[in-house]
Amino acid sequence: MPSMNMVQALNSAMDVLLERDPNVLIFGEDVGYFGGVFRVTDGLQKKYGRQRVFDTPIAEGGIVALAVGMGAYGLRPVAEIQFADYIYPAYDQLVSEAARIRYRSGAEWWCPITVRAPCGGGIFGGQTHSQSPEALFTHVCGLTTIMPSNPYDAKGLLISATEDDDPVVFFEPKRLYNGPFDGHPDRPATPWAKHPMSEVPEGHYRIPIGKASIVRPGAAVTVLTYGTMVHVSLAAAAETGIDAEIIDLRTLVPVDIEAIAASVNKTGRCVIVHEATRTSGYGAELSAMVQEECFFKLEAPIERVTGWDTPYPHAFEWQYFPGPARVGEALRRVTSDGGA
Amino acid sequence: MPDHPALQLHIPEPKHRPGEAADFSHIRLPKAGSVERPLITTSAYDIRELAFQLIRVLDDEGSPKGAWDPGLDAETLKRGLRAMLLTRAYDERMVRMQRQGKTSFYMKCTGEEAVAVAQAFAFERNDMFFPTYRQQGLLIARDWPILDMMCQVYSNSGDRLKGRQMPVMYSSREAGFFSISGNLGTQISQAVGWAMASAYKGDTRIASGWIGDGATAEPDFHYALTLASVYHAPVVLNVVNNQWAISCYQGIAGGDESTFASRGIGYGIPALRVDGNDFLAVFAVTRWAAERARSNLGPTLIELFTYRAAAHSTSDDPSRYRPADEYEKWPLGDPVDRLKRHLVAAGAWSNDEHQAMLAEVDAQVRDAGKQAEELGTLNHGPRPDVRTMFEDVLKEVPWNLARQRKELGL
Repeated sequence: MPSMNMVQALNSAMDVLLERDPNVLIFGEDVGYFGGVFRVTDGLQKKYGRQRVFDTPIAEGGIVALAVGMGAYGLRPVAEIQFADYIYPAYDQLVSEAARIRYRSGAEWWCPITVRAPCGGGIFGGQTHSQSPEALFTHVCGLTTIMPSNPYDAKGLLISATEDDDPVVFFEPKRLYNGPFDGHPDRPATPWAKHPMSEVPEGHYRIPIGKASIVRPGAAVTVLTYGTMVHVSLAAAAETGIDAEIIDLRTLVPVDIEAIAASVNKTGRCVIVHEATRTSGYGAELSAMVQEECFFKLEAPIERVTGWDTPYPHAFEWQYFPGPARVGEALRRVTSDGGA
Repeated sequence: MPDHPALQLHIPEPKHRPGEAADFSHIRLPKAGSVERPLITTSAYDIRELAFQLIRVLDDEGSPKGAWDPGLDAETLKRGLRAMLLTRAYDERMVRMQRQGKTSFYMKCTGEEAVAVAQAFAFERNDMFFPTYRQQGLLIARDWPILDMMCQVYSNSGDRLKGRQMPVMYSSREAGFFSISGNLGTQISQAVGWAMASAYKGDTRIASGWIGDGATAEPDFHYALTLASVYHAPVVLNVVNNQWAISCYQGIAGGDESTFASRGIGYGIPALRVDGNDFLAVFAVTRWAAERARSNLGPTLIELFTYRAAAHSTSDDPSRYRPADEYEKWPLGDPVDRLKRHLVAAGAWSNDEHQAMLAEVDAQVRDAGKQAEELGTLNHGPRPDVRTMFEDVLKEVPWNLARQRKELGL
């Protein structure tokens, strides 16, 4: 089985989709001839032609509107928003249109579109190339929100997203494109090649939407996380020696409530980790769900480890980023006798 | 310091307000038949002047003039007249029903019937429409049952949209009429996407999108123009300039500075400006644009110059912001009267026949109204099954909605 980094795995997913289904089209800013600023669509235009993989003007709202119109026709467009930070002009088309069309039309029309967007920081992107806006989408009924953490999941989830008959916002943690970043910027980068989840079948396979993955079984505390923070949380568990059960949610909505409840009811403790800002972040929803599902099993307060409630600062990226030290401290607090 | 004049902020204001007499003498009205009709292959640049003209076919006596006369036969025109009268009768009844508390809200298209009806006639039946909330005439011109429309307005047991949408936000896949959104402008850029999909598939169907003068200020209008231009999308983009966006006259959307049609010029899109109350002109211009799209010649922008004779909606009172006599003074008249006058002048129609048709459409609306009310009104009689409230958010009901449905006791 070939080893792929996340860029190659996503590229392979789109290759498979384009090959199998003539209704799949791929477009966005710089995605055509050039192959995307992160190279995720590299070679696809050459292989499938300009009609199927093409460049768009810088018009995120227009890009998603095209996808909505194409979806109404019966195509399965996969649109790229170059950075998740640029997705806001498309918010109206995503929230008021894509997410609502099935409902408002009595299911006469639906919106089988996928919107890919690289998210997250750790690349010196400053406040306009580092954001994690997933909570703005998890709050929207009618949208499915996905964020994979490794090449194998990324490919299987992108195939599932594209083949889904409803709109999916698909966030790709850009810091993970080339390796499983564990939150230590000072250490040499690890390539995906050494990671088991970089073994990616060349053909078609799906990872089911709405299913979490236990990436580290444990008994002491449950960590609910996704994206880059999966690897940071693994590092924190290793560095603290705490037997954390780390759950990679993969799909944020609809979230795998059973996996969450089973784990927290087992460990009695829960730390929620995401890179996005804290207030009204997705962690707030997770915390509420854990409280609703597991209150009588909880032995310590739920903790959140997140980005600070500031814009993503260029010079203080690593003070902003919720790295393994902060996650580790939370693990210690939540698992220490007497609680936090 | 150089002695510069103090800067002055300009806030546009309509020429007249309530209590003043309306006056439209500043509007330049070319004579019917005076505007050239170019070949559909003419470049946008070569016909840019048309974006500042006003294409008119019917003169004041109801005679068709000039190259834009589409030469429609009397039977087609009578069908058009009937669809406009039916639209008007339907609007009248639904406003009355709203006043009686049978629904929450309604929006008429009085004075703008020719826009939707003549345009629907100019397209093929299977072309795809992305309308605003004031193009109910598209559905009626496509013979979509008004009973179905009424059920939507009443959110009753017959409402295919299951009581989910505000009144008049129709949807009909069968009639090629996309689900209407209350978020203004979003549909016009979607129309371009649909048209591109049709082109990609080698289909022969084209798309058309509508937007009001006010919403041309939304980014979606400019996305639509950019994308339609870039990809030569087979789409007809329509700006219905009915002069008013709720209480804001068209100058607030930039209409005083240049025509809405002229927005197309910068995008290299042929742009036509048409008397929106002239059935023949609207038909001819739309057919011209549809032929361009169907011939792989790309998009056209049409500004339909008309007047919103009624309130924005049943929640609006135009006497608070515009002179009471504005519609009387509107120089382009009433589209129904003008088409009728034309048919009479052509010897194809009489007052008696017209009265008979009025009675017939009234009866049709009344009958449909009775049937609709048997299926329920907003607050009375049978309604959609409330369990359906939790369906169609996604294709499958997700766990959270299943739980919430249970929480509601269903």
